[in-house]
Amino acid sequence: MSNFKFSKMNGILVPILSVIMGFVLGAIIMLLFGYNPVQGYQAMLTTAFQSPKSIGEIFVTAGPLIFTALGFSVASAAGFFNIGLSGQALAGWVASIWVGLSMGDSPRLVALTAAILAGVIAGALTAAIPGLLRAYFGTSEVIVTIMMNYILLYTSTHIVNNVIPEKFISTKGTTKLIGANVSLRTEFLTSISNGSRLNLGIIFAFIFLILIWFLMKKTTLGYEITAVGLNPFASEYAGMSSKRIIVLSMVISGALAGMGGVVYGLGTFGNFFVQGNSLSIGFDGMAVSLLGGGSSIGILLSSLLFSILKLGGQGMPILAGVPTELVDVVIASIIFFVGISYLIKLILTKLETKKEPKASKVEGGKA
Amino acid sequence: MAADTMSTVASIITQTLVYSTPLVFTALGGTFSERGGIVNVGLEGIMVMGAFSSVVFNITYAGVFGVWTPWIALLVGGIVGMIFSLLHAVATINLRADHIISGTVINLMAPALSIFLVKVLYGKGQTDQVPQTFGYWEVPGLSKIPVIGPLLFEKTSAPAFLAILVSVIAWFVIYKTRFGLRLRSVGENPQAADTLGINVYGMKYSGVLISGFLGGIGGAVFAQTIAGRFAVTTISGQGFISMAAMIFGKWNPLGAMGAALFFGFAQNLSIVGDSIPLISSIPKVYLQSAPYALTIIVLVLFLGKAQGPKAGGKTYIKSK
Repeated sequence: MSNFKFSKMNGILVPILSVIMGFVLGAIIMLLFGYNPVQGYQAMLTTAFQSPKSIGEIFVTAGPLIFTALGFSVASAAGFFNIGLSGQALAGWVASIWVGLSMGDSPRLVALTAAILAGVIAGALTAAIPGLLRAYFGTSEVIVTIMMNYILLYTSTHIVNNVIPEKFISTKGTTKLIGANVSLRTEFLTSISNGSRLNLGIIFAFIFLILIWFLMKKTTLGYEITAVGLNPFASEYAGMSSKRIIVLSMVISGALAGMGGVVYGLGTFGNFFVQGNSLSIGFDGMAVSLLGGGSSIGILLSSLLFSILKLGGQGMPILAGVPTELVDVVIASIIFFVGISYLIKLILTKLETKKEPKASKVEGGKA
Repeated sequence: MAADTMSTVASIITQTLVYSTPLVFTALGGTFSERGGIVNVGLEGIMVMGAFSSVVFNITYAGVFGVWTPWIALLVGGIVGMIFSLLHAVATINLRADHIISGTVINLMAPALSIFLVKVLYGKGQTDQVPQTFGYWEVPGLSKIPVIGPLLFEKTSAPAFLAILVSVIAWFVIYKTRFGLRLRSVGENPQAADTLGINVYGMKYSGVLISGFLGGIGGAVFAQTIAGRFAVTTISGQGFISMAAMIFGKWNPLGAMGAALFFGFAQNLSIVGDSIPLISSIPKVYLQSAPYALTIIVLVLFLGKAQGPKAGGKTYIKSK
């Protein structure tokens, strides 16, 4: 399960080439269906960068993605696929809104801290379950987290429809908006971005990019997590408790995903509304982390790229007639190319040794 | 039994069969893939492609094929699912991609691509209703049996009977044929299989492609019996439940079928539960979550770690 750890050189080249190939594939699809790819991509960029507000929104979208991506990368450093990011973020979203609404007019510092903590803890707890089951029963965390995504999806609907006090509900399935005392939005951030939903979430995300980098590279715990990920048996021999590390890494992962949900709730939307499907920030976060190779700078760059794609994609139908879903196809294929990085490495090595590009090989990669 | 109770029970049985059928097909598909050592988290995406293509076919050719349309659309869904699963096969078998990553890509790609195509074809985000659905079927002869006839065979789902038949065939193929033995050996110990001259890659391809075919059929059945149209939410979790059914059934086709029938029953309960007295008092969330929670419990209590095919999820690299 460590195919996506890259050597230094490939670590930069593979994601860049994957992105390029993803865009090329998107262009080919547009051509096939009679759209103009230049117009399509132009529409995307124009929409994303049309105003300070839209640029603000890029950062609004990036905030939760950075958190779920960090969550995925911590778990995968320990050798786990946390596919439950969606559910954990959802738990964080619901919990932070619920506590936020309950805090009424409490002082901002108290209320905001309580709401954030509630979301983070909710995320951590929901991730602790697959962690504990994996550590003590050897149960596949992939299956458990996928199953839990659905359980949490239905539970969140149930909570909003039947559990949260009536006074917090605005219409069926939608809560009231939280008060200014628990909101992550600030006058300043709103005004510099011309009224976008820009909020403290992105600032927290930047801080956590550094904190997690520090945790993973400079602390004993980070070293232990990486060691368990590389070889659980050897780590056990060296005196580390792999069970403790498994649970701890899942808890950190879930806490980060929960924080993604908090930013969604207290920052982006200000309320919770019933979801029909797993949160896309879960799977997108996973994709961001894979593309970013799990590193902080990689996650930052790829989360911004994803946000530009997502937001810009919304303008494609209006400006170029291309369905928005094209960007999701591009995103999925970028991750596909990252996944088959073996092929890219193989081609790179061949090119280096032979200095004679083989067109047919490159062609095969786009299939 | 009083006449109404009888008809209530009969309708529960029929609805259970209707909801189970897509899960049975897809779970069988998953079984073939995993028996060959390829973990297939992408079943959900494969179902999406099957559902999409069958609905498009149904809408386009209903005038030509009449009542046979949904059946031909099943095949179309299966073939499209198979072609789509080729991505997963090439990535995991030849290009050494991680199975979970590749499967997730399949799940990300399918809804995006299918809705993109729906918008290209119809200029809107979802299709119209399909003109021809499977409807109800009376099993000739058997429906005349007293009590059992009306309960099981009078107004029932034809694809369900096909699914049960395919399960038995799948069991036979996996346990009683040379192909099945080879497929299993590749999933358990590819090195040994290779030494014996078995074409490891070929077997793995067969497993994944069969999973694509059956998963596509699963999606097509769902679209043409339950959803009736294709939208982005048409397939929402059925692929994952099928995966759960496969695990629940311990990678045995008949076990997978049994588990899928049970999950279909649970899904059906959470939908029609409101009209059944005793069940309507249970909050919906428990009924909806039950299949997923049960999967976790069964995994923890009965399966432990090493029950799936031993080489599942590992890339086999043939040494020269």
